[in-house]
Amino acid sequence: MQILRLTILRLLTTLVTLAGVAVIVFFVIRVVPGNPIAMMLPPGATEADIARLSALYGLDQPLVTQFGIWLGGVVQGDFGTSITTRQPVLDLVLGRLPATLELSIMALVMAVIIGGAAALIGTRGRGTRTEGAVDVANGMALSVPDFLWGLVLMLVLGVLFPVFHISGRVTPSLDLPFVTNFYLFESLVRLRFDLWADLVAHMFMPALALAIPLAAVIGQLLKQSLKETMNLDYVTLARTKGYGETHVILREALRNAVLPTLTLVGVQFTFLIGGTVIIERLFSYEGLGNMAIDAVINRDLPLIQGIVILFAVIFTAVNLIVDLAYAVLNPRLRHA
Amino acid sequence: MLRRRAGLRLWLSALWLAALVLAALLAPWISPRDPLTQDLFLARLPPFWVAGTEPGYLLGTDSLGRDVLSRILHGARVALLVALVAGGITCLIGATFGLLAGFLRGWVDMVISRLIDIWMAFPPVLFSILLIAVLGPSLTSIIIAIVVIDWTRFARVVRAEAMAQGAMDYVASARVAGRGRIGTMLREILPNVLPTVVVLLTLEMGIAVIVEAILSFVNLSISTDDPTWGGMISEGRTSIYQAWWVLVFPLIALFLTVLAFSQLGEGLKDRFDPVLR
Repeated sequence: MQILRLTILRLLTTLVTLAGVAVIVFFVIRVVPGNPIAMMLPPGATEADIARLSALYGLDQPLVTQFGIWLGGVVQGDFGTSITTRQPVLDLVLGRLPATLELSIMALVMAVIIGGAAALIGTRGRGTRTEGAVDVANGMALSVPDFLWGLVLMLVLGVLFPVFHISGRVTPSLDLPFVTNFYLFESLVRLRFDLWADLVAHMFMPALALAIPLAAVIGQLLKQSLKETMNLDYVTLARTKGYGETHVILREALRNAVLPTLTLVGVQFTFLIGGTVIIERLFSYEGLGNMAIDAVINRDLPLIQGIVILFAVIFTAVNLIVDLAYAVLNPRLRHA
Repeated sequence: MLRRRAGLRLWLSALWLAALVLAALLAPWISPRDPLTQDLFLARLPPFWVAGTEPGYLLGTDSLGRDVLSRILHGARVALLVALVAGGITCLIGATFGLLAGFLRGWVDMVISRLIDIWMAFPPVLFSILLIAVLGPSLTSIIIAIVVIDWTRFARVVRAEAMAQGAMDYVASARVAGRGRIGTMLREILPNVLPTVVVLLTLEMGIAVIVEAILSFVNLSISTDDPTWGGMISEGRTSIYQAWWVLVFPLIALFLTVLAFSQLGEGLKDRFDPVLR
């Protein structure tokens, strides 16, 4: 009962948030100087041409009417037509979404592995130099944002020791048999490990750059709650039973220490997704973020709106899922 | 032992930032060359220790023959200006909102909290790029964009802190002693949240430096001729295989500056936190 009420409440606030985002984006970008219509037409177009095209895109209507038309479309899944490519915004955006999702999830997996390992190593060697080293590494990783890690990785693993590709999503000369845009996933399903390896070689550095700050957060929080858990009676009991330190950490302490980390990881994961915008740009990775920057530079209003809304939907969805997962996993809330 | 290492961290960060302030102030006098002068005959000269360079260009030149060291020194002016002005204004506005929401509660809190929620649903980098596109690329636009986007960082934390402080006995006694609501907020709550605000401000300055660099990187900062670290990095990215130094040196400057701001913030947090002390 409690969970149902929480779900409905959170869904409602999420809708309010999304509506707020829609309003702000719509009106902010309508202030953009420079007429996007004039940019679409060849030089020498007449005033009449501009007026006709403006009417076609609805740009001659008052702002509030434009907003009404746009919102009416959005509710029905119609995000309008891109001004630069003249394709439906929804198609363009959904075409790029898989690339960004694969990158974000890859980064999340890396962050969990690296951060988890750091926390376990730090807890295993608590009070020693090992823990100090883990703390220093965490502090560094946390202080420097993904954009700079991306550049450092690019220099070290792309130029100095050219192990990975520094730009693109896949080698352009390769023949791609894919029917979806989830290349990484589909290459696995089709057992095309050659393509999979090429995709990973492109994705590795941008994903790692995004993962480093999140890995530090996970490492710090998990280590802290592991250390607290290690002092609890039931863990001491397990120890007196003769289990080794590693067994005690993994089998006894970890399960109870994960929960506090989970909520913060959710919020941090939205930061990671936000970071894809600049990281995709840096590594010329063909995802949503890269398309968003092009859209801003080209003043493609409908496309910008569509992308920002989609990002907002992803952000709020992640937060919603984390909140609900926390409620489900936390026994105190479950039985309340 | 741990405290001494923390102290060292604090001092090293402060030292780097002080050197940077000095470099920024003195840039026109200590730069070996004019940062804007192009000379295509001297394009892509490597730094001083690599064979085949001209003397007098310590860190080499970029693809237009401009001196990298001079551009880094002048770039420090932009970086620090943005850090101070944008950081300061963001702090002022965000902390005010947070204080009002956390202390007054009620509908003020509801409106501000809702706004924070909406803000958190925007991808910050995309939001800043969008704002610069709207405002037009200039130093003022960058500062406005940072303030508009990052005020929530202060508002969120200060709100929570003010709420916690507001529940304490000393606040109640101040009210009983006859102090008004605003008076209590400014005289009792504010001094107690100030250490947190100072820490956040230090961290925000590092963020502002990065945001400026990111915006220059996508060519939306100030004019592309003016030296900025992000602009240099963007240019260096395109010639990464021919002239690595064009990317590496501004990157080192940016890296150390961001690290210094954040370590200074962390160090101050340890100093201020009575539990840790």
